[in-house]
Amino acid sequence: MVSAHDRPAVEALGLTKVYGSGNTEVQALRGVDLSLARGEVIALLGPSGAGKTTLLTIIGLVTPPTAGRIVMEGKPVVSEDRFVVDVRTFRRRHMGFVFQKANLIPFLTAAENVRIAMEINDQSPRAAKHRAMELLDYLGVANRADYYPKTLSGGEQQRVAVARALANSPSLILADEPTAALDSVRGRQVMELFRKVAHEQKAAVMVVTHDHRALDVFDRAMEMEDGLIRGNPAAAH
Amino acid sequence: MNLALRDIRHNFGRFALTSIGIGLLLMLVMGMGGIYRGLVDDATLLVNRIDADLWVVQKNTRGPFAEISRIPANAEDRVRAVPGVASSNDFVSHTIQREQAGRPLRMTLQGLSWPQDKGLWLPLIAGRRLAQAHFEMIADKSLGLPLGHRMALGKDTYTVVGLTRNMASTGGDSMVFVTLADSQAVQYDQSGEAVRMEREARKSRASDFDPGRVQPEILHRAAGPSSGIPALGPPPVSAVLVKVTPGADPAQVAATITSWPDVSVYTAEAQRQLLVSGMVDKARRQLGLFRGLLIIVSAIIMALILYTLTLDKIHDIAVLKLMGARNLVVINLILQQAILLGVIGYGIAYGVGQWVFPVFPRRVLVVDEDLWLLAGIVLGISVLASLLGIWRAMKVQPNEVIA
Repeated sequence: MVSAHDRPAVEALGLTKVYGSGNTEVQALRGVDLSLARGEVIALLGPSGAGKTTLLTIIGLVTPPTAGRIVMEGKPVVSEDRFVVDVRTFRRRHMGFVFQKANLIPFLTAAENVRIAMEINDQSPRAAKHRAMELLDYLGVANRADYYPKTLSGGEQQRVAVARALANSPSLILADEPTAALDSVRGRQVMELFRKVAHEQKAAVMVVTHDHRALDVFDRAMEMEDGLIRGNPAAAH
Repeated sequence: MNLALRDIRHNFGRFALTSIGIGLLLMLVMGMGGIYRGLVDDATLLVNRIDADLWVVQKNTRGPFAEISRIPANAEDRVRAVPGVASSNDFVSHTIQREQAGRPLRMTLQGLSWPQDKGLWLPLIAGRRLAQAHFEMIADKSLGLPLGHRMALGKDTYTVVGLTRNMASTGGDSMVFVTLADSQAVQYDQSGEAVRMEREARKSRASDFDPGRVQPEILHRAAGPSSGIPALGPPPVSAVLVKVTPGADPAQVAATITSWPDVSVYTAEAQRQLLVSGMVDKARRQLGLFRGLLIIVSAIIMALILYTLTLDKIHDIAVLKLMGARNLVVINLILQQAILLGVIGYGIAYGVGQWVFPVFPRRVLVVDEDLWLLAGIVLGISVLASLLGIWRAMKVQPNEVIA
C-alpha cells in the first residue's frame, strides 16, 4: 500500500499552455511532465520567457492549462483545460506560496500575516496564534512578531512569508524568484531555509530562480527553455 | 481575525479623517432634515400651542397666517353668543422690525386677550406671565433680550417680564407676546403729525356734508381722537379663536358661524393644512428635494471613498485569494469597513449636530423618527456604497500577485 508520503506530492503530465490565438498565439508550455516528491526541493531555472512562471501558476492552481493533467497527493486536480477541484480550498489546505516580493499584508503584523493563512483555513484563532509563534521562532524571526512588514528587513520579510507559506503544513510550496530582491548572503540563507523546510516539514518545494549561486542547496535543478523542461524531470527518490 | 479592524488600526489617521468627512456630510443631511422639520413645526407651532377648536377669519380668506384677515373686533362677542362656544378670544399678530444695538431685530408681535388669556399656554423658561394690561412683554429667548430689558415700541416702553423657548412664527421670526391692546397700539401707531393730519382731514370731510354743517359738535368730535367718535369702531382683529364646550359638536358650531356673511371658519386641523400645504409648501418641498439630493451625493461619495480604499488594498486582496481565502473574507473586509464608516460618520454627524444646530438662525428640529430613518438610510448607503468596491475586489485574480 502506498502511503501519503510515498506517492509524489505533484505529478504533472503533458502540461500545455497557449496564450492568444492565430497570429498572436504563444505556446508557453509544450507538454511539460514533472514529478515532485514530498521532502524534495527542486530548482527550476531558465531564461525569461521560458515558461517557468506559467508552469508555477498552473501547478499552483492559479491558471488552468490548455491541456494536460495534474495529480496532487494522488488526487486529480487538473484535467485538460479545467480544474476538477475547488481551487481555493485546495490551495488553502495543500499549498504555500513565496514570491520575489514577500507580499505580506501591510496592515497585519508579522505574526498576524502568518495567522491569517490559518484562520482563513478555519483554524481557531488561539491555535493559529500559537502555531504562528512556533513558525516565526522556527524561522528565527519570533522577536519581530509584532512588527509591521514595512519595519522588517527584506530577509525578515521573506522569512515571515515562508512562515506564512508553511502555516497550514502544505504538501507543496511554490516559490517564484524568492531571492531576487536579496543580497547573496541573505539569498543563500533563504534557499537553505527552503531545504530545511522541505526536509523537516516533508513538503515538496519548487523554486523558480535565476540564481545559480545556491544550486547546491537543491535536490534537483531543472532547466526550462521554450516551454519544455530540459534534463531529468523525474523525482530523485 | 477581523481584517477590517486591523486595516483601520494600521491606517487610523486616514480612516479617522474619512469618517470625519463622511460625518460632516451626514450632518448636512441630518441638518437639512432638521431644517425641514423645524420649518413645518414652526409653521404649525402657534396653531398647536393655542389649541383653539375653531378659527374665525375674514370671509373668503385663508387667514390669518396664509393671507391677511380683518374682522370686526365685536365678532368675538357675537361668537361667544353661539350655542356650544365655551370661550372666544381675539387674535392679533403682526411682524415688526426694529434696531437693537445696531442690528436688525425682527419679531412677530402676538396679542393676548388679556385678562382672559394670560398666556398660560406659553412655555416659559424664565420670568413670569403678563401681570398687567399694558407695557409688559414675554419674549422668545432667541431674540437675545434679557429679563428686565426695556424696549420702545410705538409710543410706549415695554419691559421683558418672561422668556420662552422655540416660539417662532410661520416665517421663523421670534415671537413676542403682549396684551391685545398693546399689540394693536403698536400695529396702528402713527406719528403725531400723521394723527393731526388725519384729524384735519376728518374735520374737512365732516364739514362737507349737511349734519356736519348744522351740528358743530360733529365737527368738534371729528377733529378729536378716534376713540371719542362712537361711529368709528375699535381696530379690527385678525381672527377670533373659539373653544367649544365639552360635548358640543365643533362642526355644528362651525356651521352656525359660517352662515354669517362676514366670516369664514376653519378647524385647527384645517388651519394646519393651510399652513403646511400652502404657506410653507414650496420651502418644504425644496428642502425635501435638497435633502434627497444630499443623500444621493453622500451615497456616491461614500461609494467612491470605499472604492478607493478597496483599490488601495487590491494587491492584498489578490494575496488573500492566492492563499485560498473565500470571497466572504474579502466581502467582510470591505462591507465591515463600509458599515463602520457609516456608523462612525453617523455618530460624528449626531455629535457635531448637537453642538452646531442650536447656532442656526432658524430652528433645526432633529426628532427621533428622523434619526432612526437616517440611521436606516446610512446603513443602506453603506451597504450599497460597498458594492462597487466588492465588485472590484471580486474581479481581482490571484495571479495578479505573481504578475
